[in-house]
Amino acid sequence: MSTRMVEVRAKVLKQNDQLARALRERFRTEGTCVVGLVSSPGSGKTAFLEKLLGGLARDSRVAALVGDLATENDAARLKRATPNVKQITTGTICHLDAQMVEKALESWQLDRIDFLFIENVGNLVCPSSYDLGEELRFVLLSATEGEDKPLKYPTIFNSSDVAVITKMDLAEAAEFDLPAARRNIESVRPGMQVFEVSAKTGLGMQPVFDFLHAQLARARTSQVAAVR
Amino acid sequence: MHELSIAISMIDQITEEAQSRGGLDIEAVHLKLGIFSGVDKEALLFAYELASEGSVLEGARLVIETIPLIIYCAACQKNRTPPSVYELSCPECGTPGQKIISGREIEVASLEVAA
Repeated sequence: MSTRMVEVRAKVLKQNDQLARALRERFRTEGTCVVGLVSSPGSGKTAFLEKLLGGLARDSRVAALVGDLATENDAARLKRATPNVKQITTGTICHLDAQMVEKALESWQLDRIDFLFIENVGNLVCPSSYDLGEELRFVLLSATEGEDKPLKYPTIFNSSDVAVITKMDLAEAAEFDLPAARRNIESVRPGMQVFEVSAKTGLGMQPVFDFLHAQLARARTSQVAAVR
Repeated sequence: MHELSIAISMIDQITEEAQSRGGLDIEAVHLKLGIFSGVDKEALLFAYELASEGSVLEGARLVIETIPLIIYCAACQKNRTPPSVYELSCPECGTPGQKIISGREIEVASLEVAA
């Protein structure tokens, strides 16, 4: 039997991408700096986020969406820093998508927010394919995981904007090779900004706060420029 | 393992496409899959078999074309194939490549339908 070809040329995640683009536009219009956090499970995403929220909440309005397969433990923990925390439980889905973010925001009355963090499900593979409309994506790598993670998961590191090396207080005990880790990050994502932190001791957090404040100031400046 | 989600998105999209064209008897789906897309080819083929059951694609083949990673070298001003997916630099001059030209695709290229 003969066949013919019908050209389609459509991105499979077109719907997600369109929704993410709309969200990004909305965040920009509202002047909210939105940061996505991705990492493997147990790399200290929630501890880092807790420190971020606590530090930024001193002079800014902060909020967080946290994704997990099950339990609301992370949200409960983060609520110590700000009441503006919402858990997205994904069931069996290994990543967040733009629709989940949109839905979570829909049912949530928020005043003007300066910083919104979206903590993805702990996974270094699947979240790389899904744009959530965030302005920046942070990928976390803990000192206890080993320095070759970027080489093993190049896609997620490359799709991120900033790398954060966490648990630096344990680096020596874990014989973490920091220069190698930095080389590996640079290899998969040339020019990537890297922070070294310990959420436990607070080491290295201030540069992250400064970086985020600068991001927000830049976003607000371009927002004013756009309005004019 | 998000290949099942990808397979379902793809099937939904093609179902819509087929309906908008007044129904198509699809024999094969040709998909372009970038090596840097974060999607595993074998896992996607497996997920597709499960997800296509009972859909317009039941029995249709999924033909995956792997798209290599290509970066732009600003020094050579040329598109280049990096040495590996974890070494994004120019194979000729070693300059790190910040711009990806191809390799992230998850794209339905065409449908092979009964004439």
